[in-house]
Amino acid sequence: MPAVSKGDGMRGLAVFISDIRNCKSKEAEIKRINKELANIRSKFKGDKALDGYSKKKYVCKLLFIFLLGHDIDFGHMEAVNLLSSNKYTEKQIGYLFISVLVNSNSDLIRLINNAIKNDLSSRNPTFMNLALHCIANVGSREMAEAFAADVPRILVAGDTMDSVKQSAALCLLRLNRTSPDLVPMGEWTARVVHLLNDQHLGVVTAATSLITTLAQKNPDDFKTSVSLAVARLSRIVTSASTDLQDYTYYFVAAPWLSVKLLRLLQCYPPPEDAAIRGRLTECLETILNKAQEPPKSKKVQHSNAKNAVLFEAISLIIHHDSEPTLLVRACNQLGQFLQHRETNLRYLALESMCTLASSEFSHEAVKTHIDTVINALKTERDVSVRQRAVDLLYAMCDRSNAKQIVAEMLSYLETADYSIREEIVLKVAILAEKYAVDYTWYVDTILNLIRIAGDYVSEEVWYRVIQIVINRDDVQGYAAKTVFEALQAPACHENLVKVGGYILGEFGNLIAGDPRSSPLVQFNLLHSKFHLCSVPTRALLLSAYIKFINLFPEVKGTIQEVLRSDSQLRNADVELQQRAVEYLRLSCIASTDILATVLEEMPPFPERESSILAKLKRKKGPGTVPDIEENRKERNANVNGGTNHTTTTPNAKTSPASFVGDLLAPAPPPTNRPRPVSSSSFLQTPLTPLPSQACAIPLAASAGTFYQVAAAASPDLLGLGSPSPLSSTPPALPPTAASLLIDVFSENSPGAAAAAAAAAAPIAVPAAPVADDNFSSITPESLHVADSILADVQEPTDKFVCKNNGVLYENQLLQIGLKCEYRQSLGRMYVFFGNKTSTQFLSFATSVVCQEPLASQLNVHPKPVDPTVDGGAQLQQIINIECVSDFVEAAVLNIQFRYGGILQNIAVKLPITLNKFFQPTEMISQDFFQRWKQLSAPQQEVQNIFKAKHSMDTEVTKAKIIGFGVALLDGVDPNPSNFVGAGVIHTKTTQVGCLLRLEPNTQAQMYRLTLRTSRDTVSQRLCDLLSDQF
Amino acid sequence: MIKAILIFNNHGKPRLSKFYEHYSEDTEQQIIRETFHLVSKRDENVCNFLEGGILIGGSDNKLIYRHYATLYFVFCVDSSESELGILDLIQVFVETLDKCFENVCELDLIFHVDKVHNILGEMVMGGMVLETNMNEIITQVDSQNKMEKSETFIFQSPRQDR
Repeated sequence: MPAVSKGDGMRGLAVFISDIRNCKSKEAEIKRINKELANIRSKFKGDKALDGYSKKKYVCKLLFIFLLGHDIDFGHMEAVNLLSSNKYTEKQIGYLFISVLVNSNSDLIRLINNAIKNDLSSRNPTFMNLALHCIANVGSREMAEAFAADVPRILVAGDTMDSVKQSAALCLLRLNRTSPDLVPMGEWTARVVHLLNDQHLGVVTAATSLITTLAQKNPDDFKTSVSLAVARLSRIVTSASTDLQDYTYYFVAAPWLSVKLLRLLQCYPPPEDAAIRGRLTECLETILNKAQEPPKSKKVQHSNAKNAVLFEAISLIIHHDSEPTLLVRACNQLGQFLQHRETNLRYLALESMCTLASSEFSHEAVKTHIDTVINALKTERDVSVRQRAVDLLYAMCDRSNAKQIVAEMLSYLETADYSIREEIVLKVAILAEKYAVDYTWYVDTILNLIRIAGDYVSEEVWYRVIQIVINRDDVQGYAAKTVFEALQAPACHENLVKVGGYILGEFGNLIAGDPRSSPLVQFNLLHSKFHLCSVPTRALLLSAYIKFINLFPEVKGTIQEVLRSDSQLRNADVELQQRAVEYLRLSCIASTDILATVLEEMPPFPERESSILAKLKRKKGPGTVPDIEENRKERNANVNGGTNHTTTTPNAKTSPASFVGDLLAPAPPPTNRPRPVSSSSFLQTPLTPLPSQACAIPLAASAGTFYQVAAAASPDLLGLGSPSPLSSTPPALPPTAASLLIDVFSENSPGAAAAAAAAAAPIAVPAAPVADDNFSSITPESLHVADSILADVQEPTDKFVCKNNGVLYENQLLQIGLKCEYRQSLGRMYVFFGNKTSTQFLSFATSVVCQEPLASQLNVHPKPVDPTVDGGAQLQQIINIECVSDFVEAAVLNIQFRYGGILQNIAVKLPITLNKFFQPTEMISQDFFQRWKQLSAPQQEVQNIFKAKHSMDTEVTKAKIIGFGVALLDGVDPNPSNFVGAGVIHTKTTQVGCLLRLEPNTQAQMYRLTLRTSRDTVSQRLCDLLSDQF
Repeated sequence: MIKAILIFNNHGKPRLSKFYEHYSEDTEQQIIRETFHLVSKRDENVCNFLEGGILIGGSDNKLIYRHYATLYFVFCVDSSESELGILDLIQVFVETLDKCFENVCELDLIFHVDKVHNILGEMVMGGMVLETNMNEIITQVDSQNKMEKSETFIFQSPRQDR
């Protein structure tokens, strides 16, 4: 008997639907719908009470209209009213409307909850099921709050009907997923586990889903489920196909439940109890054996159900990764499927083999299928399957077969679907680098890659080839020769021009001896591509030209001619014009020595994780890049999906790098300036710190010229050369000394400010996220920070004493990055809160606490922030700072937010230290000594002798002193290995001049630091701060 | 977890959409269009799984579909579901519809969308599989229909019905 007879539909609804279907045009349809909406609206608004049948009919019409993609903005109230009806039909249609149309933050939820509450306590199983369905389908927080206690009770109550139990289990699962904090574990957990023994297989299926999700979060609480699951599985697997009656599907016993049980077991390691373990191994063997038996039916449903269980069993074997015999059997089984005529099986076999390839027991076995997989790549009609084949080739690649696999991927690339080209390019680039034995092969591969699929070669790929060429002397000549040859092609991809320009600019000299690639030939070749290129590439080529002038003086004239042409000097593009003007000027006025220094070869890049790998991971998400070491246990973490919060996968660790990258690199278009700055395009990828002094020193030195005040003082008086007298002979200090010092400084204040700005430039990062193209906003310091993603979270302030940006704090959920700038007594701090999860943070709030006496010494004003931070998003907060007088303590930033319903509290010290308010002061030797002498009262000097904590590298020390905020004074101290600095601390109320001297003793690995300021508290504080830095 | 269940015909007209995660109405329509676009251009006899579209989220998701005469049945699921298991589930769903409607066709889904929702509700709840046993499902649907019949008998109004 058919359950639904065709005649009992609602006529009005049928007529309306037919009308819609007969509409000839979209306009007619919309017209008809609007008419109907008006009709329903007036019926709902009308005085006459509608009977249940009419309400149902109108709600059905609304559902139909909604399905066609039209917004429904009324009827909700009517639907809610239907819920409290006693008639099943009305209640049912009300619930249907609500689960389809009401979203979880509707303000009607409270009314809906009331109705649900009534139905849950009605003891009518049909009504209870409707209510549970509604909770599970809407799953909002308010509902969780209202019913988190009721649902578990219904689930484990002895008198609950089976169908209600099923619903209650899944309802609880849903609540646990959306609001885990509201569903407390309790005495019911043990009873839930025992549902695995229930008579009714539907209840067991639902319970298994529930337990799998709960076990991922609290494995210990549900450990007992392992033995029960194994027992249940064993009973199913060994049962005759008729035993389970209705749950036998096309001759397969309870396939769905088997799959679920095998999934549950993947939450745990292999059972320790030998008996259980043996029983499980038996089950798995039986399942593998059954695959070899002749099918009991020719129907595809039979083989689907059988194989669903088989694939899940193989997943479990791979997950346990402990039984070599089972692993090899699994591999052989998958090998059979690779050649199966069912596309679905080939697809799944490729997918499973990917995970199998990462097991040490079966990696070799997987490799034996390489020819089949390559054949799949070439012959499969379905792009989904080819994609899996690419993934598998990538996963099975090692040193022994890399050349073959890379070659096959390259040849496939020529015909590959557009949708997967970029990914293949990334994979080829990674494999080529990872398994390169000789780097000539690597260079050839990448150039081929650009030739075949230039459009899909992302910036990271060509950055990377350049990084590698620059870091490896042995390949530079070959690279120059190869790009030179590749550029001969009449049409070559712009990415090739970029690589060519860069490499010839750096290493063109290595092939210039050959008359066929003489400097002029090289230049003409590059320049012949110039007009076909986009602006960034042209800019890069201009940089290559100026490098040519340095490498090959003989072409200087030709290049200057090109730079001088109107199309360059008057180019409409500002960047190009500026480069042309500056480079031309540079080439005219700079001596060969200066040119050689400015345009020196790029220094090697520090070794880091490949930016390409990072990109592939970003693109594919964790878990899909089978990185042999990292990826092993990922499947486990994702078993039940949907619950992103609690899983911390190994790959998650890579995200900080990209966060920092985002934070520190506000993505300027790649611009290739001459040497020191030319690396700015690389800085985009979170790589490559430059030696910090590269920028800092010249600027500081030039600032020195602002000071021409001459005063005579003998170095002997201070005895800077000798070790002992520093702390002795304190002559009486004239009371005016402090003010005198300041007077002298302020007399020169415009110059001082400028000098300060200049010296501070490399340290203070421009605040605006818009990068100033000419002065790359990414400073060397910032990248040092990125380098060592601050291990110590507790006392981050130390790390920021000499730096103004970096990562302040990081945990599983949140990353806090900083950028600060200071000018005189004012500062501004940009705090970036990065949500590392995929879930929104709610009720996000921050506050800054300054305890007395700090509160009166330092004004800290955070600007208000949004209360929500989306998953993966970054929130910026600005904090304005004013230094009123000198201070010691640190302000504390309190952060509060809700994540997955749990209130998170984080407190971190803000790295606002007294030295931030330094303005550096340049002065010549005599001035320095004069002031030094004036500040010789005992309380004005603080000295500290301490052991070096880091290696005593001169350049690093210089960078730190400059980072501290003072001007580093060269040639003041007669002993060249000592460091001398000067600056003025600006507070709102006063200014404090400060002189410092640092004497390293490399033999003893000790430092002596001496500070003199006009205020004893300042001397002490600065000494404490700086002493910790070396 | 099942993220969404979509049924549309060969021309992309939606016949049923059920989302188990919340999206705005516009996004839902966009997902339906995108899914149709992805699925409809595939040949017969290729595999029944494909990587999910952009909208419904990332590489963790798959579309698993079957094509019956004029209708596509598409389940969007995450990696916690067994692909072949979901294919079975689609088959069970269709067989159940077939039993309930006696040779189900597209028109049945159009005119009885509420019933289709009910049947689906007996199988999938909040994105998880509730029941896979067809007889059990049909028993539930039958008992609902009986209740409905007894009620409509009282309420059916013979008056004009627009």
